[in-house]
Amino acid sequence: FYLTPPQVNSILKANEYSFKVPEFDGKNVSSVLGFDSNQLPANAPIEDRRSAATCLQTRGMLLGVFDGHAGCACAQAVSERLFYYIAVSLLPHETLLEIENAVESGRALLPILQWHKHPNDYFSKEASKLYFNSLRTYWQELIDLNSGETTTDVREALINAFKRLDNDISLEAQVGDPNSFLNYLVLRVAFSGATACVAHVDGVDLHIANTGDSRAMLGVQEEDGSWSAVTLSYDHNAQNEHEVERVKMEHPKSEEKSLVKQDRLLGLLMPFRAFGDVKFKWSIELQKRVIEAGPDQLNDNEYTKFIPPNYHTPPYLTAEPEVIHHKLRPQDKFLVLATDGLWETMHRQDVARIVGEYLTGVHHQQPIAVGGYKVTLGQMHGLLTERRARISSVFEDQNAATHLIRHAVGNNEFGTVDHERLSKMLSLPEELARMYRDDITIIVVQFNSHVIGAYQNEE
Amino acid sequence: AAGMFLRLLSDIQWRAAHPKWRRMTSSQRSTSTTAEPHPVSLPAQAQVVICGGGIMGTSVAYHLSKMGWNDIVLLEQGRLAAGTTRFCAGIVSTARPVSIERKMAHYSNKLYQQLEQETGVQTGYMKTGSISLAQTQDRLISLKRIASSLNVMGIPCEIISPKKVVQLHPLINIHDLVGAMYVPEDALVSSANVSLALATAASRNGVQIHERTSVSHVTVQKGRVTGVETDRGRIQCEYFVNCAGQWAYELGHSGEEPVHIPLHACEHFYLLTHPLKEPLSSSLPTIVDPDGRIYIRNWQGGILSGGFEKNPKPLFTEGRNQLEIQNLQEDWDHFGPLLGALLRRMPGLEALQIMQLVNCPESFTPDMRCIMGESPTAQGYFVLAGMNSAGISYGGGAGKYLAEWMVNGYPSENVWPLDLKRFGTLQSSRTFLRHRVMEVMPLMCDLKVPRWDFQTGRQLRTSPLYDRLDAQGARWMEKHGFERVKYFVPPGKDLLDLDHSKTFYKPDWFDIVGSEVKCCKEAVSVIDMSSFTKFEISSTGDQALESLQYLFSNDLDVPVGHVVHTGMLNEKGGYENDCSIARLSKRSFFMISPTDQQVHCWAWLKKRLPDDSNLVMEDVTWKYTALNLIGPRAVDVLSELSYAPMTAEHFPSLFCKEMSVGYANGIRVMSITHTGEPGFVLYIPIEYALHVYNEVMNMGQKYGIRNAGYYALRSLRIEKFFAFWGQDLDAFTTPMECGREFQVKLEKGMQFLGQEALLEQKQNGVYKRFTMFILEDHDTDMDLWPWWGEPIFRNGRYVGKTTSSAYSYTLERHVCLGFVHHFDEKTGEELVVTTDFINQGEYEIDIAGQRFQAKAKLYPFSSLFTQRRRKDEVELSGYQRE
Repeated sequence: FYLTPPQVNSILKANEYSFKVPEFDGKNVSSVLGFDSNQLPANAPIEDRRSAATCLQTRGMLLGVFDGHAGCACAQAVSERLFYYIAVSLLPHETLLEIENAVESGRALLPILQWHKHPNDYFSKEASKLYFNSLRTYWQELIDLNSGETTTDVREALINAFKRLDNDISLEAQVGDPNSFLNYLVLRVAFSGATACVAHVDGVDLHIANTGDSRAMLGVQEEDGSWSAVTLSYDHNAQNEHEVERVKMEHPKSEEKSLVKQDRLLGLLMPFRAFGDVKFKWSIELQKRVIEAGPDQLNDNEYTKFIPPNYHTPPYLTAEPEVIHHKLRPQDKFLVLATDGLWETMHRQDVARIVGEYLTGVHHQQPIAVGGYKVTLGQMHGLLTERRARISSVFEDQNAATHLIRHAVGNNEFGTVDHERLSKMLSLPEELARMYRDDITIIVVQFNSHVIGAYQNEE
Repeated sequence: AAGMFLRLLSDIQWRAAHPKWRRMTSSQRSTSTTAEPHPVSLPAQAQVVICGGGIMGTSVAYHLSKMGWNDIVLLEQGRLAAGTTRFCAGIVSTARPVSIERKMAHYSNKLYQQLEQETGVQTGYMKTGSISLAQTQDRLISLKRIASSLNVMGIPCEIISPKKVVQLHPLINIHDLVGAMYVPEDALVSSANVSLALATAASRNGVQIHERTSVSHVTVQKGRVTGVETDRGRIQCEYFVNCAGQWAYELGHSGEEPVHIPLHACEHFYLLTHPLKEPLSSSLPTIVDPDGRIYIRNWQGGILSGGFEKNPKPLFTEGRNQLEIQNLQEDWDHFGPLLGALLRRMPGLEALQIMQLVNCPESFTPDMRCIMGESPTAQGYFVLAGMNSAGISYGGGAGKYLAEWMVNGYPSENVWPLDLKRFGTLQSSRTFLRHRVMEVMPLMCDLKVPRWDFQTGRQLRTSPLYDRLDAQGARWMEKHGFERVKYFVPPGKDLLDLDHSKTFYKPDWFDIVGSEVKCCKEAVSVIDMSSFTKFEISSTGDQALESLQYLFSNDLDVPVGHVVHTGMLNEKGGYENDCSIARLSKRSFFMISPTDQQVHCWAWLKKRLPDDSNLVMEDVTWKYTALNLIGPRAVDVLSELSYAPMTAEHFPSLFCKEMSVGYANGIRVMSITHTGEPGFVLYIPIEYALHVYNEVMNMGQKYGIRNAGYYALRSLRIEKFFAFWGQDLDAFTTPMECGREFQVKLEKGMQFLGQEALLEQKQNGVYKRFTMFILEDHDTDMDLWPWWGEPIFRNGRYVGKTTSSAYSYTLERHVCLGFVHHFDEKTGEELVVTTDFINQGEYEIDIAGQRFQAKAKLYPFSSLFTQRRRKDEVELSGYQRE
């Protein structure tokens, strides 16, 4: 059994998506040229999610990857809701008032986000009303708390949004919903979990908010043209000493031994921070009460009923992100956001090189500049001819994320794509796939160095 | 103003000491000037405010001030000549396909030549000549057509062999050339310096120039310009001139009353090199290689070479925050194919060192012609922009025509092909413009054969019958956004694909159109003519009749139900429009004009109709579908469908009546066909269109009805010597000059516009005469076809040009229509053209350098036709049986 190259391509490209920021329009120059994203499932159904949107009432663009566990419900909810919470947190007071007045009087709402979605990236229709009400409560509180004075601190906004959404997920599950379908949904969301790695780009200001073990990495082109990687997030797992330290600090010394076992939180959970996962957040009484009151499906589920061992001083888990701020420089060419499925198989240095070479080859984002060099017409002509030939023959991918997945899954020991290996990995039966690889979700954001350079000169 | 002038002068002296390319020094200059305060405050009012200090703005200021207007303020958002003008390649060439463009370029060349002497500003003017290369025979034909036109304008020009090309320019590889055109008087200039020279002269004449002042919007009250708002305050003015180049579109849209200026900028690349080892002479001719899509000129001992690639990059220009255009990205990969073409043309340049790849925006328009004239909605709002990369060639002439337009009320040449009013709101969608300019920019180099159509921005306005006709094999062309049928390809037959159908010879649709024409002559055909502009004018009292009697030359006080063909003339008696007007009732009129009159005619009438709420004019173009039933059996079809007698005694020609056709009531039937053939036009409220069309086609079956298109219509009208506005008639042509005195009622008991001019012509005679030519020794199968714009020779001397032409399937000859002048043999002075003068000449028509004998006619062949048809009927009926 063997997949042909076109079959391989159709599998790899099934979820690919590209967005190009509308061209340079003189007024609203964006430091982002566009992004490519893609997902390759290992779980069935896939538990990863991705989101991308442009903020319409403030400046900037939001991109994020979400790695779900114990089902995809939480990752799905976070992928739908988190950017609204962030956008609302960033909104100035008067815009919040305007939106609230519009809702109050039944007028049309100002659009807050423009989503950039692949057709497979769905939103759950049933929960939209519920989600909206929670969001509205949030902005009403923001209005009450903060009359007139507006905070534009992105870091604070990101942290507040993460925490608030996790809190709402928890509350919705405690309160329940008269509609049995919704009731079950909010419980599934709360009892499953998701990590989130979100980028907010506005001009040269790049903020990464990370909860869990997905990762953000910046691709930097050195003066000699080579590529290097700068990691812009910390993994929240057992390999991160600070994170282990933090968890230990938050609980009595008596629990020190049981907190982290086999590199897992309470011996169970790989990520040390996550959305949902109320089993690691609620008191035992609360968990029992909610499960008993909940529908039968929940009661029948062994996982949800199971209380983690050594569970004495909840919460053990938080959704609070770590936020890293980075000022973009002209040499910062792209940003890769990916779930751990990618980072398990590839070193970040290779990721930087593969994406970097792909982008310069296909899109000529590294344009040839004559500058002070002595170049003749003939030399230039030769160079251009060669570049054209390289593009047409080597690169079959139109999407940087697809290209990266091709390498992640198909690389042999020499670091080049081996078709046989690729074919084998992609034709694994569903139940086996998860043994060899994890869900992979990748977003590659390309920056506009010229715009970034111009920003820099202004400052 | 004195301070400004000093600054200009010091500017120029400064540059004279550094005779380098201006771009190299721009950063120094801008840093040294940003700190400088504005020298003079803006005046509170001026007669004219010009926005834009590029070649167009300075040229308009220069010409206005020369014509005696000097209360003028020119505002530039950045620095003078710092936009596209600065980056312009500086080639002044008269080798242009459109007549008015050649005239503008010719004038520009003469103007720039003496500008340095006039102003003392170095313009870098150098008469180098230009050579346009042909890699194919078709290209050579198109060059020969231009050469014929240049020669009759008195511009030296010759078609030369590849060998001669090498003598003129030693670097050129000629192995793939079939010939070339040499225009020895074409020139090179530094465009920025030309612009500064024009500004210097203008400011000496009193024009105030303010840099770093941007116009935010123009205020309009009661349809008149009242002033401009700038970032430095308000200026009251009577006239505003939008010369904002690539920003003209947005500036036009910034006011409350938008002025639609359809243009869009694309990135345009050219290459600069270091000097050759042996520096190129500054007098070496400019090379244009349209088949390679490139141009090459000498530049400071090296070369400057750019081109028009197949895949242009449109720009967005919203937000006028780029005061001076700087460093748009150089894109070598994009330039690659053009570089390849350059090295193929001049292989010796391989070792030449690159200095820079310049990327500068150029504005393009939907039809490749520039935009000038007055806004149809805001009086006093003038526009000059959208130069399609030939700004420096047109700058002088365009500025002159616009200045004349403002001062005299009309320019000295027919500029309708460039008139802003040829466009409406429908061409100003950003999406439309982006798509269209992507097609237009490559077209700069593409072969322009007769009757090609744009491929982008189509299917915008369509008749309700569009799908029905399309399913029956319709092939479409577009006029003013409206899809019109060219002809119907019969089932089972197929035509060449687009690229292969391009020809200067007999086209592949020849037989198809022939059979459509035959059907019009012998049976009945139906043509969808819904695109024609339709207005209704009505009033409570006699206001409509009185106003129209003044605005139209024919007598409109006819009995209700009559249709009148009439011109809408200007003060000089020239045709502003040519239309048919039906008197629907005592107080209401229905007016039909050519499709592209929608904006112009509306503006013309609006400006002149009295401001009376009881007089209403409405554009009803969209309300009616028009079906033209042409042919001897039209009368049978219609009378069967309406149960009404339609014969001449009941329904005479030039008659209009509302009647029912099939189930549909209220169909306006007019006994006109726009072709000279018998028949009717039905004006059908659009919801009935499909019904009436189906009824007509069903009923017509037994009379041999079939669909026909505009090509058949054109052949019919041209062989009947029918002049068409926009093609044969323009604002410089009077009814007297085209044998249409019968459409003028000089004695209608009241004055009308143009009457005096016509009376004078009637007395003194005319200086040109619309004439019909039948080509004699022209082989339809083998020879080049005439198009329009071909020179006419009488007894070997040039007397005028053709304005339209078609193959007459009845005469089996080509027919050209055109104007004959009488130039005095010694002085060249225009003399009166008499009937004898026309009749007593031997005529030739020059098609791409080849002359064909032609017989001149002043009257159509109508009588001859009928005789001939009777004789033919026998033959044709025999033919049908085959």
